[in-house]
Amino acid sequence: MQKPPGRPAAPGRVAYLNARLLDPASGLDAPGALLSEGGEIADLGPGLFKDGVPEGVETIDCRGACLAPGLVDMRVQLRDPGEEHKETISSASRAAAIGGVTSMVALPNTDPIVDDVAGVEFVARRAREEKSVKVYTYGTVTRRLEGQELTEMGLLTAYGALGFTDGLKAVANAQVMRRALAYSRAFDTVILQHPEEPSLAGGAMNSGALATRLGLSGIPVQAEVMMVERDLRLVEMTGGRYHVSHVSTAAALEAIRAAKKRGLPVTCDTAPHYFTLNENAVGDYRTFAKVSPPLRSEADRAAVAEALADGTIDAIASDHAPQDQDAKRLPFALAEPGIVGLETLLALSLAPVHAGRMGLLELLACLTSRPAGILRGRSGLRKGWPADLVVFDLEKPGRIDPDRFASKSKNAPYEGHMIQGQVLRTVVDGRPIFVAA
Amino acid sequence: MTSSKTPVQSGYPHPHLLGIEGLSRSEIVFLLDEAAEYADLDPHRHGRNALLAGHTVINLFFENSTRTRTSFELAAKRLGADVINMSVAWSSIKKGETLIDTAMTLTAMHPDVLVVRHPDSGAVKLLSEKVECAVINGGDGAHEHPTQGLLDALTIIRRLGRLEGLRIAICGDILHSRVARSNIHLLTAMGAQVRVIAPPTLMPGRVEELGVEAFTDMREGLADCDVVMMLRLQTERMQGSYVPSIREYFHFYGLDREKLAHAKPDALVMHPGPMNRGVEIDSELADDIDRSAIREQVEMGVAVRMACLDVLTRPLRSGRRR
Repeated sequence: MQKPPGRPAAPGRVAYLNARLLDPASGLDAPGALLSEGGEIADLGPGLFKDGVPEGVETIDCRGACLAPGLVDMRVQLRDPGEEHKETISSASRAAAIGGVTSMVALPNTDPIVDDVAGVEFVARRAREEKSVKVYTYGTVTRRLEGQELTEMGLLTAYGALGFTDGLKAVANAQVMRRALAYSRAFDTVILQHPEEPSLAGGAMNSGALATRLGLSGIPVQAEVMMVERDLRLVEMTGGRYHVSHVSTAAALEAIRAAKKRGLPVTCDTAPHYFTLNENAVGDYRTFAKVSPPLRSEADRAAVAEALADGTIDAIASDHAPQDQDAKRLPFALAEPGIVGLETLLALSLAPVHAGRMGLLELLACLTSRPAGILRGRSGLRKGWPADLVVFDLEKPGRIDPDRFASKSKNAPYEGHMIQGQVLRTVVDGRPIFVAA
Repeated sequence: MTSSKTPVQSGYPHPHLLGIEGLSRSEIVFLLDEAAEYADLDPHRHGRNALLAGHTVINLFFENSTRTRTSFELAAKRLGADVINMSVAWSSIKKGETLIDTAMTLTAMHPDVLVVRHPDSGAVKLLSEKVECAVINGGDGAHEHPTQGLLDALTIIRRLGRLEGLRIAICGDILHSRVARSNIHLLTAMGAQVRVIAPPTLMPGRVEELGVEAFTDMREGLADCDVVMMLRLQTERMQGSYVPSIREYFHFYGLDREKLAHAKPDALVMHPGPMNRGVEIDSELADDIDRSAIREQVEMGVAVRMACLDVLTRPLRSGRRR
């Protein structure tokens, strides 16, 4: 077997000048500079390089742009191995780099499924070969995604699995979920749930007047809150760390908000489509707007935006779900769910900031330090920490053009959508992996 | 609905007929008027019309249907068109690649009109985007069945003289019914008061937002109605999944003389067929020609489909190929 290539020689010293330093973890938001040395952050601050940059240091003039920790995308489907015609670790890494993402975590619902150590090692090896974005993976909660027998959570954690989830399937059996939550405590890992009571989730879109008009079977909002409420009882019982993925409803958010108030170890994320779109995006059977859980009513969309602003939602994940034409050009009920989101994660997430509903640091926390915290990783502008950085222009307007995505799949219902904010440079371990033209 | 691509000043400016929703009142009236003319033609006296001679109509059915397919076939033949019937076995295993592939194949045959029935909502619209000819929706999933809506309306107009102001009840499996949806859109657009009557498990969510009143008690719902439209209930939905049993369904939601007595004394009874006698409608009532318009509905079906084929091919026949 070929020896996997190691990371390339460490880069030298790089100075980022004239930046707006943004560090959600410490609350820093000030003009200044940052110095990376090798793969790490060597120094930073408002006064750095006040007297000029020393010899032998590469300089990058940020011209007032924002410099923040690179984005941590905690929910990505790589389709590799198994569906490489939709996406590969390589194409997803390019997409992530363009999107300002420096770490991403893959769902284990590939083919083969990541339910053993070999799967975790495969992803790690492929990521090393790419030498680009840091790619991690979750393991499945249950073997073969069958919802019955637990995987080797301890060993998988030791080999690098950052948490456990059955991906797009909820762990439906309460006893299995109870044991997963209890067992996970031994390894301080987290169980991530797809929040849907399966017996209520057989439909194609959100229940409501539009589903009735289109003659499509609906998925009621209750399917989400029921699963969340059941799980919260199990969290209470076991003390296991519980994370609700892609929350889409006001009711589930209310349950999570109350649980947090009671001190339960619960966190949650949502995806940009749940606070930028509502079910009307489905319009006339637009399969690009088919996602799981489905896009909801305007009231639910507004509740997700509200929960993001008040901090109930811990993280924004792209929920990147590549689908090719064959999977989407189908009658709506038969089309696969999913939206590709790596490249638009930052720009779409900035909408609440531009609307004045959220501070920039609070928003960036949802894309960096808070998801990293849930996964016990490091994300921040701090001396000695990895120089995983993103430089972006907060104001630059643009229009989304899915045809230009680096992702192999172009399934995004955002064609022509106006955005504000553009990634200029993405840096992993001190090395640029993307520089805007 | 369809967008208007052809710059035709006709009363129906759309390239396809995919649904009733989105059609204006004047467009509906236009189609009904055209259909009324065909309804008045006696096929035995007037013989075959040569309007569509040299034109090809393909009936593409992904779902079993004898009545609708035959009706379209007869309508096309009476207009002198060449008709091809294609039945495509459809199963979830085959998925939609077949749909697009079929569309490509058919386009290469240069048909002038495609009549499509498909078990999935939205499938006919999807297909219409991939072909170059006019498409008529012959029923897609639980979405729409526009020619059924038109023929029902024409039947009512011929019996009762109007639609506006009538109180019309649609009863049965509203949840899965494309006939119900097309009728709701058409009748509300024309100013009728529409009621839907169904057991709660067969009532779609927030159906009131379509402009109808919803009832779970059939007697209440039928009170003072001018027209009672019954819907077919698929047997597989009566064995405990949506309704506990056939006999319970008939007891509460089957149309018999006693329940019909709550409607207006001369209320018209309709059914899109095929009927489940003794399930949703009393057999003897269905055959009562004074009350039941079921036979006339079939007749109007042919007239409506002739009108639709005629209207949709007009741009083509006047030399304006799309």
